[in-house]
This record gives sequence, C-alpha cells and structure tokens, in this order.
Amino acid sequence: GVTKTHNLAFQECEELQAVFDTQHCSSRLCAPARVLAEAVVHFPLTLAEVTLGTGPGGKISLRNYVEDEAEPSKTMVTELCLAEDEFQSVAVSPGSHITFCLKEFRGLLTFAEASNLPLTIHFDEPGRPVIFTLDDTVLEVHLVLATLSDLESPSQAPLTNGVSHLPAPPDDFADDLESYMAALETSTCEEGPSSPTFPLRTPQPAQSHPEGEEEEDDDEEDEEGAVPGTPPHKKFRSLFFGLVSPLGGPGPAPTQEVLAEDSDGEC
Amino acid sequence: MRFRAKIVDLACLNHFSRVINTISKLAKACTLRLTVCKLYFILSDKVANGGASMWCELCQANFFDEFQMEGVAADHNEIYLELVPENLSRALKTAQSAKAVKIKLTNKHCPCLRVAVELPSLSSSSRIVTHDIPVGVIPRRIWNDFREPSVPDFDVSIYLPVLKTMKSVVERMKNLSNFIVIEANLSGEMNLKIETDLVSVTTHFKDLRNPPWVSEDGCQSSAEGRHLESMAEACIDIKKLQQLLAGQQVNPTKALCNIVSKRIVHFILLHEDVSLQYFIPALA
Repeated sequence: GVTKTHNLAFQECEELQAVFDTQHCSSRLCAPARVLAEAVVHFPLTLAEVTLGTGPGGKISLRNYVEDEAEPSKTMVTELCLAEDEFQSVAVSPGSHITFCLKEFRGLLTFAEASNLPLTIHFDEPGRPVIFTLDDTVLEVHLVLATLSDLESPSQAPLTNGVSHLPAPPDDFADDLESYMAALETSTCEEGPSSPTFPLRTPQPAQSHPEGEEEEDDDEEDEEGAVPGTPPHKKFRSLFFGLVSPLGGPGPAPTQEVLAEDSDGEC
Repeated sequence: MRFRAKIVDLACLNHFSRVINTISKLAKACTLRLTVCKLYFILSDKVANGGASMWCELCQANFFDEFQMEGVAADHNEIYLELVPENLSRALKTAQSAKAVKIKLTNKHCPCLRVAVELPSLSSSSRIVTHDIPVGVIPRRIWNDFREPSVPDFDVSIYLPVLKTMKSVVERMKNLSNFIVIEANLSGEMNLKIETDLVSVTTHFKDLRNPPWVSEDGCQSSAEGRHLESMAEACIDIKKLQQLLAGQQVNPTKALCNIVSKRIVHFILLHEDVSLQYFIPALA
C-alpha cells in the first residue's frame, strides 16, 4: 500500500479572547440559515455593509448601507422585508437597527447552511458588536462583528478601544478608536474557546480625513487584501488577530472597555 | 406625472429582464421614454458614447399586465427618464421566481423608479424586496434630443450571419485589434476584416440575403443601380460591435445591417415584441 503523510505546520500565536455577552444584547433573532441566505442574495456581491432593522408590524428588514460619501441621488437602495413568522424566534426592541459587514455575514451563512443549523443574531445598540451564533451538540460558533455606530446619537458612550498592542494609528486617533473585531471561534462545548490562528493583518492608516473631525468613531479601515472593492475610509474596523508584536501603542483610557484582553502579558 | 406598471407572468418577466440585460450591455446610462403604448430605451449619439447610438422599442402590452402612465402634460403625455440600466438589470436578476413585480415612479428624496418584487415564501405573507433606482427626469425642452433616428441612406443592406457565429468571430478578433472593417455587397456576401502590423484576418460569409427595402415614396432604395459585387465598407470600433453581439441573449427574428460606406453602420435586430437599432459610426 501507499502511505501518505501530510505535515501541517502551525504557528503558536497569542491567545486572544473576545469578551462579549449575548445576555446583554437587547435584541435577538433566530432563523434558519436558509431564510437569511435567500435574503442576502438580492444584494450585489460587492456590497460592503448591510443594515438590519426592525420595522413596523414586526417586520425585519435588510437594506444596503449607503456610505455618506456616496451620492444619495445616484445610489440604488435595496431593501428586503422578512415577516416575523419566517423567524424561529424574534425578541427585538422596535425601531432598532445595526449596520455590519455583509461579506463576513455571507461567509457565515454559507457555513450555517451547509451545517443546516439555525442562526441566532444577538444585537444591541448601533456601535455595540453583533454576535451571530450557531449551536449544535458538537459545535458552538460565535461570530462577533463590529457595527457602525450611530453618529447622530448625542450621548454616544465611548466604545471599546483596540487591543492595546496593535500599532497606534499614525495620525493620532488614539482614543477615538473603537475596538472592532471579527473573531470566529469554533470550540467544543466542554473546553473554553481556544484562540484561532489568523493571518497577520495590520490596520492601514486612514486614507482620508487626517484632521480628526467630530466623528469620534472615525476609524481607519483594515484593508482586506483579498476583498476588492472595499472602500478605503470606513467608520469601523474589522480585524483578524494574529501574531502581533506590540509597538507600545497607547493604553486603554480608563473609561474604555477592553473587549479583548491579552491572555498573556508578554510577546 | 405618474407611472405604475406590474408584471405577473413569469415568461414576460423573463423576457423583459433579458431586454434590460441587453440594454445594460450597450449603455451605461440611457434615456427611458414612456408613452401610453410603448417603452423606449434611447442612447443618443454623444461623443461620450463613442458616437454610438441606440433606439430600442417595446410594446408595453406584451410585457406588462398593468401599465398606467400619465405624462408631464395632457398634450405631451410622455415621460422621459435618465437611468442606469444596470441597476434595473440587477433589480430584476433575483426576481426570476417572483409572484409579481411592480414598478413605480416615486419621488421620496429624489426621483426613483421603485421596483418591488414580491417573492414566494413559506410564511403567511410574501417577501417583498424593493429596489429604489435613482432616475433623472428629463425636462420637456430637451425631448427633441431624443427623437427616433432615421434610417440612413445606406449603400448596402444585408442580413447578418448567425449571431452566435458572428459573435465568436468578433470576440477572437477583438484580441488582435481595436478596429474591425465590416464590408458587404448586394450579392449576400459579408466580410469581417482586421489588420494589424503582424497579421490580417478576414472572415467571409456568403449566401446571406439582402433585405428588400422600399422607401417611403414607393421607389426602390437608393442602392438601386449599384454594382452587385461592389462592397460597401466601414471601419468601426470592435468593442462596440462585440458589446452588441454579446448582449443578444435570444436569437432575433430578423437581424440586418445597413452600411453607409465609410460613414456608419446601422444594425437592426427585431424580435417579436422588441426592436433594437444600434448605430456605430465609422472611424476616420
């Protein structure tokens, strides 16, 4: 016979644990992945962000997010409404909405559809992370995505900062950073979540608006090289954590909540 | 000024989507003219389009189950809108299993064509997807810019070869040259030629027929008296020709072209409910 040996190399990396709590989310939706997959098919593949909202009559809507820079009179807006009874459970605060990265969501939906599991979406106010969960006897999946914060909201609490050992943005946005992460954790139920290994990505410096305007939540965007068409300047960041060496970035401001603590102090 | 229309029949929806797809391949932005009986997609020959122009006409009754149009004024009962056909194409793309598609002209923040697609769902109520496509309303004073182009005084008129064949020939030629010469004569012969420093390629088509044209005053066309073997030719941008051929998703009932030597080539593609005319100017 023939013996094939496959050597899969791995790298030890920093363990990062995302800190989030689905119990603290004010809204929750649960639907078969198929329903959501059928919903996102109406949006173009190049669309970066989508807004999930709750409307009158208990309808759940998905619409494409149009960036401020785009001309509203030239951009096509697509909106899909799903009835409450398409969901397995709906527990939402009316009039709530969140905007998150559609591309990541599509990826999760493909996985969820393949495993035939219902998907639960936990969300809160705009700016707070949205958590997508899948549960099975052998599998527990949490996908945490950043959401766009509502700039018009006057009492916007300063949100989480970046993981402290990420390189500081060169144009001094410091405390304006909100920590946004996309971490996919796949774990067995008994053990705690183990750290995923991700390719190293560093945030790019902000490509525009060097003068930090009153948009506290202005952020540079992590350019995902594999994803063409992602616009350069965004208000939130989606990061994959990997092996990062500290560059002595600013520590978290005392009032800011750190969502991902270093699990080990040295690098 | 109001416009509402509805398509319920899937075959009609499919057909309409295909027409829109064809238009979207020919023009980034074009004019949609709505009248009581017809829809027109018009591209006028501006320099920005490379001088190419298009006139596409559909009978609304063949597509829409409901169609209500109130023009800008009683004596000008028409609506002219500027739109990006690709948007409309995208909106219809995922509507192929729809129960109904409604199109409405609205003006919430800006004028839009609202395409509302009602999709079947397992729940008690249907799923509705709405697409708001921004449009520009074209004022009456410039409606004259969008008149139907007249058939040019051509030298040769000839039926096109099988479009699929023509398309694959042109696509390959496109890799070699930016310009293509179309020449044809009244004996049913057409040649497609490209010439570069390294190579020249000619594809010959024979036994195409020449359509009989009768001009308005009842005489034969001005091509009368022309030597049957004499070729009329025009050198055109190959990309425009390729776009025209690539956009054809269904074989037309009739496909022909009129060549004005060294000036312009006028293509006419006729389907049962849609007629498409496309003019490609000859390059100097």
